[in-house]
Formats: sequence, structure tokens, C-alpha cells
Amino acid sequence: MTSVTTGKDTQTTDEALDFAAPKADELAALLVGHSRPPRPSALSASLTFGWRAMLKIKHVPEQLFDVTAFPIMMVLMFTYLFGGALAGSVSEYIQFLLPGILVLSVVMITMYTGMSVNTDIEKGVFDRFRTLPIWRPAPMVGYLLGDVVRYLIASAVMLTVGMIIGFRPEGGPAGVLLGVALLLVFSFSFSWIWTMFGLLLRSEKSVTGVSMMVIFPLTFLSSVFVLPVTMPGWLQAFVNNNPVTHLADGVRELMAGGRPGADIAWTLGWSALFVLVFGWFTMRLYNRK
Amino acid sequence: MTDLAIRTEGLVKVFGTNRAVDGIDLRVPAGTVYGVLGPNGAGKTTVVRMLATLLRPDGGRASVFGKDVVEDADAVRGRVSLTGQYASVDEDLTGTENLVLLARLLGHTRPDARERSGQLLGAFGLAEAADKQVKHYSGGMRRRIDIAASILNTPDLLFLDEPTTGLDPRSRNQVWDIVRAVVAQGTTVLLTTQYLDEADQLASRIAVIDHGKVIAEGTKGELKASVGSGSVHVRLRDPGQRPEAERVLRDALKTTVQLDADPVALTATVDGHGTDLGAAEQAARALAELSRSGITVDDFALGQPSLDEVFLALTDRKGTTA
Repeated sequence: MTSVTTGKDTQTTDEALDFAAPKADELAALLVGHSRPPRPSALSASLTFGWRAMLKIKHVPEQLFDVTAFPIMMVLMFTYLFGGALAGSVSEYIQFLLPGILVLSVVMITMYTGMSVNTDIEKGVFDRFRTLPIWRPAPMVGYLLGDVVRYLIASAVMLTVGMIIGFRPEGGPAGVLLGVALLLVFSFSFSWIWTMFGLLLRSEKSVTGVSMMVIFPLTFLSSVFVLPVTMPGWLQAFVNNNPVTHLADGVRELMAGGRPGADIAWTLGWSALFVLVFGWFTMRLYNRK
Repeated sequence: MTDLAIRTEGLVKVFGTNRAVDGIDLRVPAGTVYGVLGPNGAGKTTVVRMLATLLRPDGGRASVFGKDVVEDADAVRGRVSLTGQYASVDEDLTGTENLVLLARLLGHTRPDARERSGQLLGAFGLAEAADKQVKHYSGGMRRRIDIAASILNTPDLLFLDEPTTGLDPRSRNQVWDIVRAVVAQGTTVLLTTQYLDEADQLASRIAVIDHGKVIAEGTKGELKASVGSGSVHVRLRDPGQRPEAERVLRDALKTTVQLDADPVALTATVDGHGTDLGAAEQAARALAELSRSGITVDDFALGQPSLDEVFLALTDRKGTTA
């Protein structure tokens, strides 16, 4: 497995370390008189898996690219590309667009969850988790908790960039935080669809393929970019019932200082439904795999 | 029945049209190393995965310490550990992080988890690699961290699925030492392997599996005896006496005698057919016959058949009847 680029140095240190032989007597002492602690609670097990996700970020910081560079690119691209044409000026359009682009980007990056599940299965570490006597959904909840941190980073990055180029939310810090909270709840719940696909599909490539098929219509055919009234009737029927539309409207209103009760209710309702349906499928696949 | 660590009855697993496991009955006594021997694709790993609650059987029953692997899966998980063919630790994390993570999941407090991980890494000769990512470990080191992860809580039953496949001889011996140390503390081990000497070295009972079926089962001695008791190796002082020695041995043992490449050496099989005498007694008589005929024997040895011979004989037999 030592790749060519690691060169001779790494190879020799590995050999030297490898030479340290196991010590049978020490090992024997460790095995006897050792009592088993009580099982961890569901919450503790889930948080431990969340900690694993944090460790992975620490060791592979490149994976933060999709929650930093990608969202910045999205904000700049859409603001300057559509700003002038759609709303007459960039500063006007960004008040409407930024919450939407925030929703779009975060919902889009939820799909990486399915890929990490799939990679773990391929690597074999999943088998270890599945033989542990722990609360069964804990590994899955752990992935999602780790991802919530990523979504939080993405949101902070985008809001910062937005403020720099002229986003002035009327709802103030409270409105912005409520909007982000609603977005995180939805993303956490929506991600169960990806854990399901991660378990269901055989390769990372097929997970990516299916994810694109789901994510593009869901995010673009919504009220993220333009108001649904500008669309043909048949499309409005879809867009008005798209959970991402409710989410985007809710987040936008909250950040603008409004109280979008209906949109929040719809978003939370959809979230509950996602957890129930896709959570159930995920756990069924997880147990049956 | 509590002294059985594993019991399966008619265990079946079907993948598409392939009956990977086709009616396997196993009884593994607690506190022993039980070897499951078979070539690639024989169904060994599938059996282990069903017993470790990773796969659901399509037929038959399996229980671990009396708990059904399907109905009581959680109770089974509390008592077993699995070390698979591929390192089942997280390659992106360091050795310490992997062990602490798993220790926390087993319910250890944070300080306990750190302490036990440190001790295990030390005992496994991995202390210096503790803070390196596992992806930089050599094959032998990976296998060791993997076994260390399996005994964070001393398991009652440890599954070792081909633990030394792909390892160099030194790493293989290290893994064997670890297995012996674990068994000495009372853990039952189910070991699958395609290496006959590994089963010979570690296991007390062995099941030979081929095409999803058990084709032989028993102690090492029983398996070897079922093929033939052994063979006699003789070295003469004078190569000129070899034709005479060949005749004497053939008459005494009533089997075929093979002339080795070495002009003073002969090998005769002792199969125990048509006599009540044990292999050693027959061999002793043959030796006496040789000396009575005035043949000088410099060296004489009675060897048990190797498990290689056992396995080839068993699979051949099955091949010709199928």
C-alpha cells in the first residue's frame, strides 16, 4: 500500500516500527481481571461517532473544500450572474438571493453523507461498528451530527461573504440564527435519504449519480432563484409543493425579520416525514446488509 | 449446552443462485480454538459473518453461547468480536484514536478509554506508531491494531477471519503469539484460514469446508488418521542395500514404498489397513525386520501426514464422487 510518492523515508520508518514485536505477557495481563463497563447511552454513542467525523476533518482538512470554497463560489457566481438581469441591481437581488443560495448550497452538500457511508462500507470499518452492542442508529446519527457541523461552517462562510457584498438582513442576528437553525434541522432530516442510498447502492460512483438526479430538480425547481409566480402553471404546482421552496421561503422570511409560521410548519413537517420514512429504510438496510 | 460457544444446525446462505453456505452444522466447545479450513470461496467468511450478526441466515439456525444470532443478536454482539480479512479500523484516524473511539463505544469513560488504548498499543508493539494514521501502517501492524480493537473488552468469542492472509512469516508468527495469549485467558476463537499449518499450529478441532459444506470435522489427530496414519522415512548407510530394504518394508507394511531422490532414502506409508496395530507399532516392526535382514539404518522417522495431505485427500475424494 505504500505509494510511490511516500518514498524511501516513510518505508524505513514503517519497517523500524514494525520490528517492535507484540509482548504476550503484557497482553495476558491486560486480558484478565478486566470488567466490561455498562453500554453507552444512545446519545453518548451518537456523539462519539460525531467525534469521529470531527477527527476525520482534522486529518483530511481538504474535505472542507465543499463547505468553504464551493459556497463562496455559489454566492459570487449567482449574485453577479443573475443579479443585474433579474432584480435590476446586485444589492437588491442579494437581499432575496442570499438566503436562497444558502439553502441551495447546504442542501446540495448534504449529499456527501451518502458517499461517506458508502466509503466506510467498502473499507470494512462498518463491519466493526455493526458488531458493536450499541444503539443501532448511532453510527448514522453520528455521520449526520458531524455533517451538521459542516453545514454550520458553510452557513457562516456564506453569510460572511454575503455581508461583505451587501447582504443586510432586516431580521438582525436573531433572525439570521433562526433561519440557519431551520436550515440545519431540515438538512439533518433530509440527509437520511443519503444514508439510505449510501447503504443501498454498491459504489460511490452510483451514489454520486443518484444524488445528482435527486438534488438538482429538488433545489433548482424551487423558489431559491425566482418567485414561483413567474413560472408556468404546471411548474408552479411542483415548485409550490417542493419542501425546498418552503424551506427557502421560511429562511428568507426569518432573516428578513418576518414570522413565516406556515413555511416553518411545512418545513418541520417535511423534516419529520424524512426522518420517519428514510430513517426507517436506512435502519432496515443497516440491519439487513 | 452452555459449554458450547457456537452451535449451528443446517446453516444456509444463498447469494443469487450460489449456495455459499449449504447446510453447515458446527459445534464449537467454549475455551478452544476452532479452525475452519477451506479454499477461497468455500464459504468460510460467510459463516463467520452470519455468526457475528452481520448477515442473516437464509436457512437453519445458529446460536452463540446459547443466544440465537437473529432473534437475540444484541446479546450475541455483547460477547463477540470480529477481525475480518480487511483491517476493520478507520484508516484516516491514528492508532490511538481508533482504539479510543471503539473503547468509548464500548462504554469506557474517556480516561479509561485512553488508558486501555495506551496499554494495548504497548502490548501489541505499536506504541511508537500510536499517533500515526493507520493508512501508514504496514500489513502486519494493521492486523495487530485490528486484533487490539477486537479485544478492547476481552470478548468471550473472537472471530478471526483469515488473520494472516498476506502477511510475511514474521508478522504471521506475531499474530499466532497474540492468538495463543488471547486463548490462554479463556476466550474461544473461531479461526478461518486457508493455510493448513495455521490450523495445525493453533486449532484443537478443525472443520474442513468446501463448496459451502463441511467435508470433514474432528480433532487434528482424527482428521489425519482418517487419511492415513503417517509415513515412515528411512535413511540407509549403504545405497546398495536399498532394493533389499524396499522389499523388506513392502512386505512388513503391505503398502507402497517410494524411493526418494536421495539414493539412501526411502519413504513408506503406514495406513493401518488390515491390522489392529498402531502406526508406531507397525513402524517398529518394519525397523526390526530391516535390522534382521542385515540392513544398516542410519536414520528412521515416523511422521504424521500433514494437513496438506489431509486436505488434498478430502477434496479429491469429494471431487471424484461428485
